[in-house]
Amino acid sequence: MLSRFTHGVVSATRQHARTAAPMAAFYSSKPSPLARLEELREKAALGGGQARIDAQHARGKLTARERINLLLDPGSFRETDMLVEHQCSSFGMEKNKIPGDGVVTGSGTVNGRPIFVFSQDFTVFGGALSKAYAGKICKIMDKAMSVGAPVIGLNDSGGARIQEGVDSLAGYADIFQRNVMASGVIPQISLIMGPCAGGAVYSPAITDFTFMVRDSSYMFVTGPNVVKTVTNEDVTQEELGGAKTHTSKSGVAALSFDNDVEALARLRDFIDFLPLSNTEKPPQRATLDPVNRDLSSLNHIVPSDPTKAYDMKDIITKIADDNTFFEVMPDYAKNIVIGFARMDGKTVAVVGNQPMVASGCLDINASVKAARWVRFCDAFNIPIITLVDVPGFLPGVNQELNGIIRHGAKLLYAYAEATVPKITVITRKAYGGAYDVMGSKHLRGDANYAWPTAEVAVMGAKGAVEIIFRNRSPEELASLEADYVEKFANPFEAARKGYIDDVIQPAETRARIIEDLAVLERKKISNPWKKHGNIPL
Amino acid sequence: MFRLGFSLARPSAGLGRTGTPVALRAFSSSPYNPHGYGSDPFGQKIAPRPYDGTKPFDKILIANRGEIACRVMRTAKRMGIKTVAVYSEPDANSLHVAMADEAVCVGPAASKDSYLNVPAILNAIETTGAQAVHPGYGFLSENSQFSDTLAKMGVAFIGPASYSISAMGDKIESKKIAEAARVNTIPGFNGVVEDVEHARQIANNIGYPVMVKASAGGGGKGMRIAWSDADLIDAYRLSKNEAAASFGDDRLLVEKFIANPRHIEIQVLGDKFGNTIYLNERECSIQRRNQKVIEEAPSSHIDPATRAAMGEQAVRLAQAVGYYSAGTVEMLVDDDRNFYFLEMNTRLQVEHPVTEYITGVDLVEQMINVAANRPLPLAQSDIGINGWSFESRVYAEDPVRYLPSVGRLRTYIEPEQAADVRVDSGIVEGSEISVYYDPMISKVITHGATRDEARMKMIDALDNYAIQGVRHNIPLIRDVLTAPRFVEGRITTNYLEEEYPEGFQGYSLKGIELDELLGVVGKIYAQTEAFKRSFNTETTAVLNDGPTAWDTHIRIAGVGEYRAVIHAATPERPVFMELVEENRVLGYDTDSWSPGQSIIHGAVLALDEGKATSYDPDGPMGDISLVSTPTSQFVCYTPLGFKLVHCGTEFDVQVLTHRQYLASKHMLPKAELDTSSVVLAPMPGTVVSIAVQPGDRVVEGQEVAIVEAMKMQNVLRASRDGIVKAVSIKAGSSVSADEVIIEFEPLPKKEAE
Repeated sequence: MLSRFTHGVVSATRQHARTAAPMAAFYSSKPSPLARLEELREKAALGGGQARIDAQHARGKLTARERINLLLDPGSFRETDMLVEHQCSSFGMEKNKIPGDGVVTGSGTVNGRPIFVFSQDFTVFGGALSKAYAGKICKIMDKAMSVGAPVIGLNDSGGARIQEGVDSLAGYADIFQRNVMASGVIPQISLIMGPCAGGAVYSPAITDFTFMVRDSSYMFVTGPNVVKTVTNEDVTQEELGGAKTHTSKSGVAALSFDNDVEALARLRDFIDFLPLSNTEKPPQRATLDPVNRDLSSLNHIVPSDPTKAYDMKDIITKIADDNTFFEVMPDYAKNIVIGFARMDGKTVAVVGNQPMVASGCLDINASVKAARWVRFCDAFNIPIITLVDVPGFLPGVNQELNGIIRHGAKLLYAYAEATVPKITVITRKAYGGAYDVMGSKHLRGDANYAWPTAEVAVMGAKGAVEIIFRNRSPEELASLEADYVEKFANPFEAARKGYIDDVIQPAETRARIIEDLAVLERKKISNPWKKHGNIPL
Repeated sequence: MFRLGFSLARPSAGLGRTGTPVALRAFSSSPYNPHGYGSDPFGQKIAPRPYDGTKPFDKILIANRGEIACRVMRTAKRMGIKTVAVYSEPDANSLHVAMADEAVCVGPAASKDSYLNVPAILNAIETTGAQAVHPGYGFLSENSQFSDTLAKMGVAFIGPASYSISAMGDKIESKKIAEAARVNTIPGFNGVVEDVEHARQIANNIGYPVMVKASAGGGGKGMRIAWSDADLIDAYRLSKNEAAASFGDDRLLVEKFIANPRHIEIQVLGDKFGNTIYLNERECSIQRRNQKVIEEAPSSHIDPATRAAMGEQAVRLAQAVGYYSAGTVEMLVDDDRNFYFLEMNTRLQVEHPVTEYITGVDLVEQMINVAANRPLPLAQSDIGINGWSFESRVYAEDPVRYLPSVGRLRTYIEPEQAADVRVDSGIVEGSEISVYYDPMISKVITHGATRDEARMKMIDALDNYAIQGVRHNIPLIRDVLTAPRFVEGRITTNYLEEEYPEGFQGYSLKGIELDELLGVVGKIYAQTEAFKRSFNTETTAVLNDGPTAWDTHIRIAGVGEYRAVIHAATPERPVFMELVEENRVLGYDTDSWSPGQSIIHGAVLALDEGKATSYDPDGPMGDISLVSTPTSQFVCYTPLGFKLVHCGTEFDVQVLTHRQYLASKHMLPKAELDTSSVVLAPMPGTVVSIAVQPGDRVVEGQEVAIVEAMKMQNVLRASRDGIVKAVSIKAGSSVSADEVIIEFEPLPKKEAE
């Protein structure tokens, strides 16, 4: 009956009974321990008070608790340290205490699976971080580590609680240390939903992914005023640290969203791809999408003209379950595409060169973007599907002077080090060193396929012939070029040598990958013992 | 494999759409009637080869691409004739190449270098040994030099004689011939217009409105209406440019423009022995920019007497030019069924299938037979009208502004072909709609005993047609097909302009259609949420059970907002939703569906006591009844919902939980880019000319640039008064859609006042 649905929470197994306000009023006239608890809870729930809540809303932002309620399954939130207060006694702070002290922490579920969460409350002291506040965050991080569940941070903070001085800085460092210890053990995600400046940026920076809300969040080490004073550069807050800047230029943020509601809904979808910790396999969901779905349209997606581009994302969405691809860092280094998909319900990570942008070549930004992605997935047991159409590394003075050598090496290192199932499909070009890098057989690829349109070669035919045969007439060169094309502009030479396991029809790709994933589920290899490798940072 | 343990979607036997796939309609001609020996009307003696069921040619070449090449090949294959395709480089993987027995590349993308590249095509004919060439429509179909050259090579041209093409190819010449043959013609100046001043004189003599059109033209290119001297000057210049660009011939003519006309045309068919028949009319009044969109046969406006009069005049005209093969005499018909000759198209028309449906004649088969010097096996008395047929031309274009849309067909699912549903297309999923060729994706043709039956079949076919990756005009076509004015047959060539003065604004859901949409929204939401919870619990921890119902707010952009409690499907019952404000319950069921599947055949269900207050999700099911069996399409998920196609139109749907709904009230609207101070390229194309430079003052509506795409010139006008701040593109360069071409700054304040 309808009356059951008016609270928005329809049904959930775990609901917290809270005494309603009239009861609190009843108790307040007759002081009792129960009434005192309700009073404190009410005070904590109101954070910085109604006026500040209204101001937060007027900025298009939700409160810390509203955000948690959208992130978690209805009724699943279990708050910890609601009654914690700061211990500061300087500058009159001892008279200014709010239970919870500016951050809401606890645990709950996302589609039934446990996660830990902290949500900074901008209405309380501008969300500024105190020692007690940091302690709350550290407490749930420790707990998340001990049970093996992700930590999600919802950031909306003015920075350090200046009144606390070095205590506040110590609090940040305590969090940084835990971020680092948790790295590669449990997934950590930061969603920036307001200001995040100064030293505070380094906690999100260490977490696995930083997401931002457009127009209402920004991140920078020093703001526009300091920049103006020090370097005399005029820059707006948005240009310096807005979502657009960090998702398209700096690469600091992986995704951005229109508003809080959308961001939290998509964050739930993102969490659904992740294992709870590094000891778990990535989750598998039910699917009705057939393994042998008709993909004949892939048989002619690669244009007959080798210079013509096509969209690698068209291939990814066709082979993925439900034609659904959750792209990560879509606006940064667009010449490489990364993201999550599901294959027969299982999470897989995708890396693909994007022929639509800069011919899909590898440059500094693309290498760094993909390298960090591969390492994340390797840390969390997520199989990596690599789709290759790469003409090589991007030539240029700018690239060389900025260190394409050491940055390109990161991607090579990441692929070589990864022990998760690695399945690679060469759709067209696989030239030069970039061929080696992109999940090749030589870097312990588990299943390496090529489409019939693939070309595995050191370089394009024209350039190759000009180097091998100097001082030949143009006619001779043309014929030699044709020979080279015949020999290398196909996948068969590589197949004969076993560098690729099979040449497959594009339409078979989905079924092949799914079958391989089933076999590779039992894959177990390990790298030699070491304290840690020395990736060229 | 791990699969969900319970059924999310109940089988709905008997509720879904039924239909068995039926092979493509096979055309068969009437039994052969020997006509004996005959002669070419221009004196050449021909010994006819009697039709004995043997193939008229061993191998023919089709000098065309896309749907028409495929369509010709289908008939050729049925007749046992081998086929040769020609193709341009980007078409190497296209369907017409795959269908042909042999294929020859005739050059790069641009038509003039490939499909109009006569030497390369002649070469292809020689190397493959093709005995005849079918030109399809467009390209070389009305090129008399080409057919002459073929004749010299001893290769048959599957079309009329070159003299017929020449005689009818020139609008001025053809009008004179028509007059001489006592065919009704439109008042106008019968000759080439010398210059703009001459055009103005002629216009003033016959009186506005007048039509300015290319003498060599066709298909609406180089054709414009002028209502005043000012219009005329614009029209003259643009038509001349377009005529020069499209036909290499910039001669124009001017004639009286008939208001509220209907475009009705007569199909004629002749052989080389002087036998000419007409195969009734086709009405093609639904046009945009003088290009046909929906055609039908017969016409609801034509009575038997008019039909006979039009048919006889058409045959007379055909005979006057010694016409053989298939041809079309286009007429304008006014309210009183007066009809005027417009032009004769000396080729197979795009819309020929509607005639094939109502007459049972395979026009391509007849063209091939005629080209092989066989007499027509049909007499006028063999031609009847069997039922009604509609054709919809599905274009890759924005249905609001009719601008071409290019891209890759990410999803492309055609309706099932059946005896009464035919889809003529030359593309498959993954094909590219490029700037080089016509933006037509396909033609959908349906047949029914009555106009209404054929119309309803068309609606069903379009609902089962999924196209993603380019914008297309199915929303518009479907809207026209359901409009009362169209249903009543009150149409003119101005129909689209009159009905959609501001452009097509999207379909308004009527009656049960909203319930159908809400039902499928509920179904998709419930299934999606259930699958989100369907983790394999052996490999991950799941601490609690999910909800079995959701209190939601369904927001459908442009339609409305609905509070609904959606109950998940259970093994016992399908998805039900309580529409809270309306206090009623709606059920929706479908066969197994997953988001990778576009088409959703569903069933809207009603509880017999349909009040929400009496609905108990945990109680006995009670009696349900079937309300309707709609077809919808799933497009993709969005951050807070998904996109669906229903009734041909795409709907952006958000489904918010009650918490999300409350929170969304605080979200601020996003600022949109101010486009009033810029001129954007409306589509990808080439900038033909830029009429302004930085510093120029412009007034609202002033022409600032011309962009050409797909052979259509589009004038871009200033959206406000102002001063040109920057011109970012040079004439001759190519632009992508929404690229900024010109920026304006407002006039200084003083001047603006």
